Amino acid sequence: MLDVAACLVRRDLLLAVREKSDVATALLFFVIVTSLFPLGIGAEPDLLRAIAPGVIWVAALLSSLLALGRLFAADYADGTLEQIALGAAPLGAAVAAKVLAHWLTSGLPLVIIAPLIALQYDLPASLYGVLALSLLLGTPVLSLIGAIGAALTLGLRGGGVLLSLLVLPLYVPVLIMGAGGVEMAAAGMGAQGHLLLLAAMLVGAAAFAPWAIAAALRIATE
Amino acid sequence: MTAASTRWFWYASPQTFYPLAGTIARWCGIAAAILAVIGLWIGLVAAPTDAQQGDAYRIIFVHVAAAWMSMFLYVAMAFWAALGLAFNTRLSGMLASAIAPTGALFTFIALWTGALWGKPTWGTYWVWDARLTSELILLFLYFGFMALQAAIDDPRRADRAGAVLALVGVVNIPIIYFSVQWWNTLHQGASVSLKSAPSMAPIMLKGMLVMALAFWMYSIAAAMVRVRCIIRERGA
Amino acid sequence: MSDFLAMGGYAWYVWGAYGVTFLALLLEILALRNRSRKT
Repeated sequence: MLDVAACLVRRDLLLAVREKSDVATALLFFVIVTSLFPLGIGAEPDLLRAIAPGVIWVAALLSSLLALGRLFAADYADGTLEQIALGAAPLGAAVAAKVLAHWLTSGLPLVIIAPLIALQYDLPASLYGVLALSLLLGTPVLSLIGAIGAALTLGLRGGGVLLSLLVLPLYVPVLIMGAGGVEMAAAGMGAQGHLLLLAAMLVGAAAFAPWAIAAALRIATE
Repeated sequence: MTAASTRWFWYASPQTFYPLAGTIARWCGIAAAILAVIGLWIGLVAAPTDAQQGDAYRIIFVHVAAAWMSMFLYVAMAFWAALGLAFNTRLSGMLASAIAPTGALFTFIALWTGALWGKPTWGTYWVWDARLTSELILLFLYFGFMALQAAIDDPRRADRAGAVLALVGVVNIPIIYFSVQWWNTLHQGASVSLKSAPSMAPIMLKGMLVMALAFWMYSIAAAMVRVRCIIRERGA
Repeated sequence: MSDFLAMGGYAWYVWGAYGVTFLALLLEILALRNRSRKT
């Protein structure tokens, strides 16, 4: 089972490297969206510092949502998904592998680039660590929950917007804990509580989401 | 398989459930109307004016009942969805789909009446605290469920996909319910508990319970009528 | 009677709440009746 999972991770990463534009687009979206807020609200440093955690987190959410489109779509279109579902390895393991590869190319770049965006928002450097850690814990949860939505909406009309409607309400607890943690740290109170809850969400999602995603994929591919 | 259990499964077929649904709808509708009249009498006339909140507090008789129903109906919907996934029965999925719109309606009513109660009592129509936010998310979850089912043409796939979504969202219900304990919020704490005596006048409690029962009977009636429509539409 | 309608000055809030509740449930009943009739 693990060798199938490793094989899938390697395959998806290879595909992502070949189509770098897919990966780059989501990352660029994140950067552009975060640039819009200072332009729209006005660039007063105190205001930007206050809204930075929330804005960065919301942009990460939306970027994650955008990237979900390519999680299953290509494999569904050419029949690979059915083959994986019919294969010997448990679909849950295969799905976990795909989501991991997806997160490595969509979520992890956000974690790495977030301090740069924080710099643009004049967030104190002491908060970069908390911000990156909250995103490091939170973006995998977003990928896992988002994958459930992506599997449920495979091949449906309404596509991306329907996916957003399904997934964004489920994203809200992650957003509250993630952005809230950074805001608590900014206010001088510790972020441990929020980060621990994020970690709990990650563990829960990692345990249960693959089952839900596999169930949804079976429903979609029958 | 004993004779008793086969009798339960007798109603698992849409065709045999259809007339039973009609009977349930009629009786629950009548019960709802009677209970509503009693509840409205208690709430609007019999219950005394509150010392601190004046007559504005009377909104709780619809607000609390609607909020309870919004959570209860989602759990009921998730229950039938789970049953449908586990036993692959058509009727279970139909029942889940039949409950959803009524659940969404009560969630909206809870939010609306809550806002109108909040303004005179606590000074604001809305605040982003844990309970209000999670109730709003509940509304979005209902909408997502209905939108997903609307987007899928094949009814069997629609039922199963909706079921997975409903089960994923059921995690929100305990969060709403316990939110007032877990976080310090503007929303008031629980006044009604299974374990301790309620902290409000008995007649107010009676009014809330009667209205809740009325809404519950109404929900059953509405769901039964809707499931009959679904059975007819699917030609099952 | 006018005391009842005035609701201690909170008329807009109380009747706004009860009114919308009643309206929403009525709309649902009508929609169901309509749907019943179509099939």
